[in-house]
Amino acid sequence: MPVSETPAKPKRLSRQQSLDLYYYMRLNREVEETMTRLFRQNKIVGGLYASLGQEAISVGTSYALEKRDWLAPMIRNIGALLVKGVPPRDIFTQHMAKYTSPTKGKDGTSHFGDLDNLHIISPISMLGDLIPVMTGVAMAGRYLGQKIVTMTWIGDGGSSTGVFHEGLNLAASQKASLVLILENNLWAYSTPVRRQVPLENLADRAKAYGISSYIVDGNDVVAVYTTAKEAVERARAGEGPILIEAKTFRRRGHAQHDPAEYVPKEQRAYWEKRDPIVLYEKFLTQEKLLDSKGKKEIEDKISALLEKEREFAENSPLPPPETADQGVYCTGPECHDLKPKWERPIDELLPPKSNVDAAWVVEGFGRGGRSSGTSAPIHFGDVPAASAEKSSDPAKPSTKPAASPMKKPIPKKSSRKGGR
Amino acid sequence: MAPITFLEAIRQAMFEEMAADPTVVLIGEDVGVYGGAFKTSEGLLEKFGWERVIDTPISESAIIGAACGMSYLGLRPIAEMQFIDFIACCFNQLTNFVAKGHYLWNAPAPIVVRGPSGGGVHGGPFHSLNPEMYFLHTPGFKIVYPSTPYDAKGLLKASIRDNNPVLFFEHKFLYRRIKEEIPAGDYTVPLGKAIVRREGKHLTILSYAAMMHTSLEAADALAKEGIEAEVIDLRTLMPLDEETILTSVKKTNKCLVVHEDTKTGGIAGEISAILFEKAFHHLDGPVVRVASLDTPVPYAPTLEEAFLPNAKKVFTAAKELARF
Repeated sequence: MPVSETPAKPKRLSRQQSLDLYYYMRLNREVEETMTRLFRQNKIVGGLYASLGQEAISVGTSYALEKRDWLAPMIRNIGALLVKGVPPRDIFTQHMAKYTSPTKGKDGTSHFGDLDNLHIISPISMLGDLIPVMTGVAMAGRYLGQKIVTMTWIGDGGSSTGVFHEGLNLAASQKASLVLILENNLWAYSTPVRRQVPLENLADRAKAYGISSYIVDGNDVVAVYTTAKEAVERARAGEGPILIEAKTFRRRGHAQHDPAEYVPKEQRAYWEKRDPIVLYEKFLTQEKLLDSKGKKEIEDKISALLEKEREFAENSPLPPPETADQGVYCTGPECHDLKPKWERPIDELLPPKSNVDAAWVVEGFGRGGRSSGTSAPIHFGDVPAASAEKSSDPAKPSTKPAASPMKKPIPKKSSRKGGR
Repeated sequence: MAPITFLEAIRQAMFEEMAADPTVVLIGEDVGVYGGAFKTSEGLLEKFGWERVIDTPISESAIIGAACGMSYLGLRPIAEMQFIDFIACCFNQLTNFVAKGHYLWNAPAPIVVRGPSGGGVHGGPFHSLNPEMYFLHTPGFKIVYPSTPYDAKGLLKASIRDNNPVLFFEHKFLYRRIKEEIPAGDYTVPLGKAIVRREGKHLTILSYAAMMHTSLEAADALAKEGIEAEVIDLRTLMPLDEETILTSVKKTNKCLVVHEDTKTGGIAGEISAILFEKAFHHLDGPVVRVASLDTPVPYAPTLEEAFLPNAKKVFTAAKELARF
């Protein structure tokens, strides 16, 4: 049984979608190139982390989300922020620690969010922490009746943290509508993936949680988008969390200061020939979706935009020192009036009506449904004892392998009228 | 109304807040079907259902992460640590993610993290912790440590309604040992307000949680010797009610701080610094600390007794201080 599912055949994208993907990849790269120049001019206050060569992943995955959906980027997902609607000036001002930045200079890089409009949750530098957070967002969304999907990213390096496991396991046990993108760029700072994880495919990690996974060429934006789109639809339909491993390569060092001399020349040469933007330009030209005139128009649009945005950032002031001790605590409703967006009738919940049974079940959950078949059968008391005994013969496979361990949610009787 | 236990006060606070506000949910290990290891959430699953009373895997970081994520959509999750000692397992998620959110990116996280804490019940080194100072040193948390059923209920309700992450510590020694008659109906106790439990003029004893009762016991013994101690229950360590502390010390001119947390780095040191900064000219003697030994919490009853402060230790220290 293949561990990861074959990505869906690329559906034909509309002309607009095809060009959107191109625009955002180019914008992603040009924003980062602009920041590299600013870094060399000593205008970036802290570190600068590049996603050169990984733009197809940030752009292709986030483009599969709807406006109501939530994302939490990692350090190399500026492309996802741009797709979600963040103006480039926010990224410039963040890196330059300006008072006009979304965090007013309190934090840098992609560390900012927008709870009210864009539905973005700020990352932190400790890897994997966003996985349970986005699980909680998905759980709250389900409870509020919102049909949302949450998406976050993790690297090959971050997939070894404890909270990656805790978060993905909780997401699986809750059937949370989480799509987790595992960007395997082959390097965690200076440590190659082969020295971190004894797995050929990091998507195999999904097996441990009984969830579905995909492996996709991370430098093929159409494949990335198509796969992400299918995963988002499945998560929204209630299938539970889905892991996508996107295979790619980190072409710059861990951060700007790191020349990455530990990377073998052959490896770098191989991946440099597979630049996601160059590959996609070829595709668009073949499909007659892009010609030199169209390309020039997009380039001009991007440089005009970035010129304006960079100037705004450069002309912005640093935060006044007296703001340093402000904002540690929320001071109450005048500071934040917290009201959830109910999309289910609230009278379902007031007065509370008991509903002890979960409205979903995970088929094969805890029964080794996805295992090799040699694991010891356990009688959980919720399946007939006879079938448990039957599968106790270690010579025989214990359970028939299912195409997907997660079946559609089985609605149970509920005292409420509405369901999901 | 019949008197209720400290534990029942916690349960009532959660029950009433969940009944009144559908944004309040409970998440933790064994909080649902089992009703919590100490039965603080007994009956909540039956009343509110699986969507609002969420049993989780043994994953403290995931519990805190998920609670935080839920709060971003407008819910008010209560996250239970089965024993507060396990809060160390999610230290990163709490101190780096939850606590910093409002300052860094204007994201309030209205979650309450609560659980049984404290020693004196022979729980040993991993089931007896007083973790308040780990978190007092992290800007962004409010820290509550009640001593009576009335306060436990009123402070927990106020904590649930607060827009900030609140760490709510429940001294397990008090769970079933203390009963109190409390008013029927809804009430809250505001965070950041200490209370004078016993008035006196010779010296001030500041304390909280189980040690508040120890301090009152010592005050009784002191009174028999003609020393009138004023006993103040801090109730919350963040915000700390400096006004009540300073008013009392300016009256008595002497201060003893009693806490069950270990001595070095405990809140007594911080309070001592505040008194030196703000009431130096009013002090007639040193600020004295009575606290646990600087060791892990030992298991054997003889060792734990030596480790913990008790009324006799408080009495002796207070008597010494009163001589100044």
